[in-house]
Amino acid sequence: MSIIKLLDEFSSEKLTTKSSSRREMFNTLGSFGKKAAAAAVPFGLATSGKAKAATAAFFQGNSAVDALQLALTLEYLEAEFYIKALESGVLPAGRAETVYMQISKHESAHVDFLRAGLEGAGATPVESPTFDFTAGGAFDPFNDNGIGQETAYAQLLALAQAFEDTGVRAYKGQAGNLMGTAFLEPALQIHSVEARHASEIRRIRGLEGWITGSMRGDGMPEATQAVYDGEENVMQGGVNVTGLNFADPIVGDVTEAVTQAFDEPITAETATAIASLFIVSDSDGDDSDG
Amino acid sequence: MKKPLVKVDVVEASSKKSKNNSRRKFIKMSGLGIAGTSFLLYGCSEEEFDPGNPQSPSNPDPMEPTDPGDEVFDLGSGDVGILNYAYALEQLEAAFYTQVRAGGYYAGAPQEEKDLMDDLYNHEVIHRDFFKAAITAAAGEENTLPDLEFDVSSIDFDSRDSVLATAMALEDTGVGAYNGAGDRIADATYLTLAGKIVSVEARHASAIRSLINPDSADFAGDDIVNPENGLDVAYDPSEVFDIAGGFIVTEFTADNLPEPMTGA
Repeated sequence: MSIIKLLDEFSSEKLTTKSSSRREMFNTLGSFGKKAAAAAVPFGLATSGKAKAATAAFFQGNSAVDALQLALTLEYLEAEFYIKALESGVLPAGRAETVYMQISKHESAHVDFLRAGLEGAGATPVESPTFDFTAGGAFDPFNDNGIGQETAYAQLLALAQAFEDTGVRAYKGQAGNLMGTAFLEPALQIHSVEARHASEIRRIRGLEGWITGSMRGDGMPEATQAVYDGEENVMQGGVNVTGLNFADPIVGDVTEAVTQAFDEPITAETATAIASLFIVSDSDGDDSDG
Repeated sequence: MKKPLVKVDVVEASSKKSKNNSRRKFIKMSGLGIAGTSFLLYGCSEEEFDPGNPQSPSNPDPMEPTDPGDEVFDLGSGDVGILNYAYALEQLEAAFYTQVRAGGYYAGAPQEEKDLMDDLYNHEVIHRDFFKAAITAAAGEENTLPDLEFDVSSIDFDSRDSVLATAMALEDTGVGAYNGAGDRIADATYLTLAGKIVSVEARHASAIRSLINPDSADFAGDDIVNPENGLDVAYDPSEVFDIAGGFIVTEFTADNLPEPMTGA
């Protein structure tokens, strides 16, 4: 089941049934825009159950909350992936294990942070889907099926690169939906952490920390190409950057350098499509403590 | 889009205090000595500075050259102000990597690290010249920050430690600056543009940190990413100027930058 479906169910049914009088909320708060309401609720602020229910009704269909739910789903995926990677015994001691431990710490913290933020805003965080990191048997990153340590390790690194580069693009794509809300800045602060992660994983894999053109890089499975499609863009703010008269000469290929210098966003649809490769089923989507 | 108002000021002798304040904080943060002379003003609240600081001269340096006819550029207001702010930082980064390459890299630099420095140089030159083109197109040349002069004489460009430590400080500062500026941007296109650049700065910072301390967690270390909530740094412009101001020779003001929209 796709995350899109999960999010649809979440936003169109669960909340409505939970709080009966959405219309009433709009009447009460009629003079406030949705973004104004979001801005008034700081990230992680605990509110009473009643306030949560009221705000949840108000937030239904809110683009900022949808953006955070998508982010949370991606963080669930990353957090579980790194925990399982560390438990798998596949990672060699030293750099890889140290790096995965640090990233795991961050991704788990992001899950907690986003859940608290959503709850603070009165929304019910989506529950974690059930993940299948073999993508239906295509991979064996934890060596559960005996593909061998070496191949499993290569897949652990490849998947980490795909997840981190996806995360960077997905957060970037949601920034506009968070404008004018208290969620924008922390989302940006997560976004740049994903980029730090991506750079290090890529470097462990022998690549540069940045993305050239739409190249996924040596050793990346074809299934991950969607993570990189569109990164070849050279038009920024209506300007073809390759056509600028650079005051200092660019070393090497100008187009390659320009594509490296700008990371590109992806839409929620693309992000969910990528993540859906690793989702076998969603949870019941309900949160009993919301 | 909104036309920014450009406020032209004559810098006053009181800017001495901000200079020393910037220098002190930069040294504290990066461990590097700064020999540059910066007259950068920001926010213009004198009370932010410590008047009791023994390093602050009690009266203006009589030898300080004054040029009453010299007008000082203000970054401007609204999105143009933020774009000029980013442009200033990109100018600094580009100038730094240009100097790294001009000096034949640092002593003993392996080819892999020269290639990496070339990439960072490319990216920052591209960012810099892109901002110049974008701001000029949006607001006119008169509202575009002029080419700044920098004093990087405090950096030992022959020393790997010195170059990498400075690169790390600049890249981390860039990340924090963009993260802290996002909530001050009104136009979604500019916000996304800032997002496209900040993640590249973060990739740089990670790579530099990984060069400084390989096989460690420093690429996203607890010193820069809060280990409790997993959030990267986000700096206000005043914090950024505290860190970077020591390198900037050309005077400009940042008196009209927009405030965060959510007070975050």
